[in-house]
Amino acid sequence: MSKQRLASMIEWVDARFPLTANWRAHLSEYYAPKNFNFWYYFGSLAMLVLVNQLLTGIFLTMNYKPDANMAFASVEYIMRDVDFGWLIRYMHSTGASMFFVVVYLHMFRGMMYGSYRKPRELLWLIGMGIFFVLMMLAFTGYILPWGQMSYWGAQVIVSMIGAIPVVGQTLSNWLLGDFMLSDAALNRFFAYHVVTLPVLLVTLVVVHILALHEVGSNNPDGIEIKANKDPVTHIPVDGIPFHPYYSVKDIFGVVVFLIVFCSIIFFAPEMGGYFLEYNNFVPANTLQTPDHIAPVWYFTPYYSMLRAVTINFLWIDAKLWGIVLMGGSVAIFCLLPWLDRSPVKSIRYKGPIFKTALVLFVISVFVLGWLGTKSPTPLYTSLAQIFTVVYFAFFILMPWYSKIDKTKPEPTRVKE
Amino acid sequence: MVKFFTSFFRTHELKNGLQNMADTDKKKEMNSRRRFLITATSIAGGIASAAVATPFVMSMLPSERAKAAGAPVEVDISKIEPGMLLMVEWRGKVVWVLDRTPEMLVNLKKLDDQVVDPKSEKAQQPQYAQNETRSIKPAILVVEGVCTHLGCSPVYRKDIAPADLGSDWLGGFFCPCHGSKFDLAGRVYKHVPAPTNLVVPPHMYLSDSLVLIGSDRKESV
Repeated sequence: MSKQRLASMIEWVDARFPLTANWRAHLSEYYAPKNFNFWYYFGSLAMLVLVNQLLTGIFLTMNYKPDANMAFASVEYIMRDVDFGWLIRYMHSTGASMFFVVVYLHMFRGMMYGSYRKPRELLWLIGMGIFFVLMMLAFTGYILPWGQMSYWGAQVIVSMIGAIPVVGQTLSNWLLGDFMLSDAALNRFFAYHVVTLPVLLVTLVVVHILALHEVGSNNPDGIEIKANKDPVTHIPVDGIPFHPYYSVKDIFGVVVFLIVFCSIIFFAPEMGGYFLEYNNFVPANTLQTPDHIAPVWYFTPYYSMLRAVTINFLWIDAKLWGIVLMGGSVAIFCLLPWLDRSPVKSIRYKGPIFKTALVLFVISVFVLGWLGTKSPTPLYTSLAQIFTVVYFAFFILMPWYSKIDKTKPEPTRVKE
Repeated sequence: MVKFFTSFFRTHELKNGLQNMADTDKKKEMNSRRRFLITATSIAGGIASAAVATPFVMSMLPSERAKAAGAPVEVDISKIEPGMLLMVEWRGKVVWVLDRTPEMLVNLKKLDDQVVDPKSEKAQQPQYAQNETRSIKPAILVVEGVCTHLGCSPVYRKDIAPADLGSDWLGGFFCPCHGSKFDLAGRVYKHVPAPTNLVVPPHMYLSDSLVLIGSDRKESV
């Protein structure tokens, strides 16, 4: 096709749809800070994993049967009899864990560089919405094989709804379509997993990117590049166009990620029981809980907090407190934009108190995560209680320690 | 009255009225009509949306078939031996039938100060099972094997003082999910996540060796 031909075709489209305008606004003339580092790979990688999940998910539904009597066998059928079924399923199951890996790193990036601060509070909240939907997707997806972990994991979560005072039991019956976890629930969780939640997730991702392109990206220095524009061109002096600079950078990230991703798929798809638990290779038995049950790794920190509460407090019993703490441990991230009172955004200019607090927080997440994979013993329960306090202290004390912390002055231009 | 309402819907007059809104009084009147119409449409639309949502919300309730399921089950306990646990399925849940040895029954009394509700005051059992052994016949315990914390099924641990449960363990049920402990009458220990004793389902003896689980009324037999 000649160049003129292509140009006239684009012109034809542009008269009917803002193609070039959007290309410019979101790619070739979207200016991102020039000092992005390693931590800025994970947003685009999360999108890559999302595409992987959508694609492999479609092919899995072609052979999966959402029926309590057939589900387990249909997954085994995919693994053994469908050509390349094992590959598609491992891409999907590994993709689920990698989704959380990249999203957790993406969130941690935001915590380090203060990406949740003004004017990106709404961007952060939309991101939290994506995180909630992602957790629901992971939960509903894990039920589908109808193995022992699927069943008993779901049993625990569903019982939490039943524990809500007054309306809990009715709500649980309504959600399950039965008086206990059964075929009816499996069938509808399948509907949520393949229709409702993916549509919601994709919509939220689009909204997240639109919000990002409105306020512009933060950067490791935590300073606003829009505050310093070239007087003639009105382009931020510390900005470079997303395409080709960051599209090329992200493609490099994709290559490295795919090497890791494929290594897991081909050599350790179960990841020693962390990505796919051994008990889930046993069909669901409604009469017997496995001797040891633990959620998949990405839920273990919250699970630890759920069972850390063993004493009744005020008029609420320990069980409900556990549930409240678990929900609160996720929801509290939404408050970060308003808890952080530091005059600077980035960890580069924050003082020793914030750095210590962040390190303690990361340690508590890892310890709680590790404890969540273990059987509860008196020692482990005490440890979980201590680190639950540390986890929440990071957030609740932030308005004070972020204010009194000794910060360094922010530069006016980004560092090369 | 009729004229009042019909006046709102004569839209061509509204249009004409806007075109030559010379006096502000007329403009005000137009605005109040417009506000009324917007409010009325929103309310009507809201009611219609709620009406349309109803069948979808209702379709998610337990179906008639799910409601009909769950008939009582008969269990033959003639072959049960002292210390042995029988598992029965009732309404998709596991129900345990445990024949407790005299020693086990003696141990129950020692635990009164370690459990939350020693006298079974909370209604986790029918009246006829609100006693020291939480059963109709002292030895035979009939209880749902569903942890009152988050619905896992606890493990029957009759061994005394095992390494993992501590030296004061006198036999009972241990929940592997979150570490709740119950004694051999299904009474919950203090300082564990589970809040209440295990549930004793309605049950009755049809004969010495035949238990009916799920009903305690003669007419249902």
